[in-house]
Amino acid sequence: MLVGTAIAEQPLETELPLEHPRTVSETKGRSARKVKPTKKMTEETQWVELVLRIRSKDQDAFKAVFQHFAPRVKAFLMKSGTDAGMAEECAQDVMATLWHKAHMFDPSRASVSTWIFTIARNRRIDMLRKQRRPEPDELTWGPEPEPDGAEVVELQQESERLAEALSQLPEKQKDLIQRAYFGDLSHSEIAEETGLPLGTIKSRIRLALERLRHQMK
Amino acid sequence: MEQIKHHLNDGLLMAYAAGNLPEAFNLVVATHISMCDECRARLEAFEAVGGTLLDGETEDVGEVDFTGCLAKIDAGPSEPIRVDHKPGLFPSALQDYVGGDLDAVKWRPVGMGVRQAILPTSKDATVRLLHIPAGAAVPDHGHRGTELTLVLQGAFADEEDRFGPGDIEIATEDLEHTPVAEMGEDCICLAATDAPLKFRGLIPRLAQPFLRI
Repeated sequence: MLVGTAIAEQPLETELPLEHPRTVSETKGRSARKVKPTKKMTEETQWVELVLRIRSKDQDAFKAVFQHFAPRVKAFLMKSGTDAGMAEECAQDVMATLWHKAHMFDPSRASVSTWIFTIARNRRIDMLRKQRRPEPDELTWGPEPEPDGAEVVELQQESERLAEALSQLPEKQKDLIQRAYFGDLSHSEIAEETGLPLGTIKSRIRLALERLRHQMK
Repeated sequence: MEQIKHHLNDGLLMAYAAGNLPEAFNLVVATHISMCDECRARLEAFEAVGGTLLDGETEDVGEVDFTGCLAKIDAGPSEPIRVDHKPGLFPSALQDYVGGDLDAVKWRPVGMGVRQAILPTSKDATVRLLHIPAGAAVPDHGHRGTELTLVLQGAFADEEDRFGPGDIEIATEDLEHTPVAEMGEDCICLAATDAPLKFRGLIPRLAQPFLRI
């Protein structure tokens, strides 16, 4: 695995080349896409860089991600009604899953916090509700897709803009969102149209999905 | 596949993203999203909202034990890597519940040529496959709670609109409808409800406790 080391060599303040370095045989027959380094690294892209390093079993990168996210996962679970012991157990599980599944993370579709949120949500259902958890078909089976560097940077920046936009919502609406995500509202108590500013990030994700569909053909 | 015209609503997508839907509804949502990239992108946008909440969670709950986590890592992955199933009419999530594709469904007649197969889920809601012969109707019914009907094959029409493959109808309490399968091809649907249906005719009403529909 060259992904992590190659990126780790980049100085932090420079651009993020997310193009996977490939050996000659892998590159053969493909047009090795060069991503024009134009964007400055943001906070979200730094987390992406760390998770990509975890793919190559970089323990320092893992520790940095753990220190930031594990307490947040635990706090989030406790707010969702999980007791402290279970939340601790679950947070450890979530971070262990992140280590094992780092190769499944697609930074052109999700920020690191979003990906960790979905792992935590799934683990909570498995531990507390003890039911089966039907999931949509994976789009990324088969050979690992190449994330397009520019697409990744744009998605990560859009995630930051979303966080900014959500923080500026009226308190009443913020409160409703929290209640929905902490499990206090059922689907029928949530509006059919929430009016959340999700149009742009949805369009970005949609483009990434189209690229994946194209690669699967 | 024809263009999907009827999609999931925000309430269902947000509740799925939050991990807060009954299992039966999760199955319908996961099946629709397997067929519909538009709703998949919307779902992932709602998951991004969850990620934002997670990242903003700064309440001090003490450190999480790093050594404990490393021990879990050494123990290996806790869940098997998912295997997607053979391509068929049913997406993998549904194949898991049926134990195979369409040919593995254990149908039971419910009258007037309609057949159903109830899939095992937690009891807070129920989900079943429906086989409606081309041109046949499902008895006129209203609902308590919410009923989701996802078309997998063929098409049906009711007082609201026409629903083809991939389309989902979200029926709430105030809708009383009589879905009729289109001529040409038998209609196969996945339908979930969080309360028993209310049938208007006497015979279906008597039969309801036995059929669990």
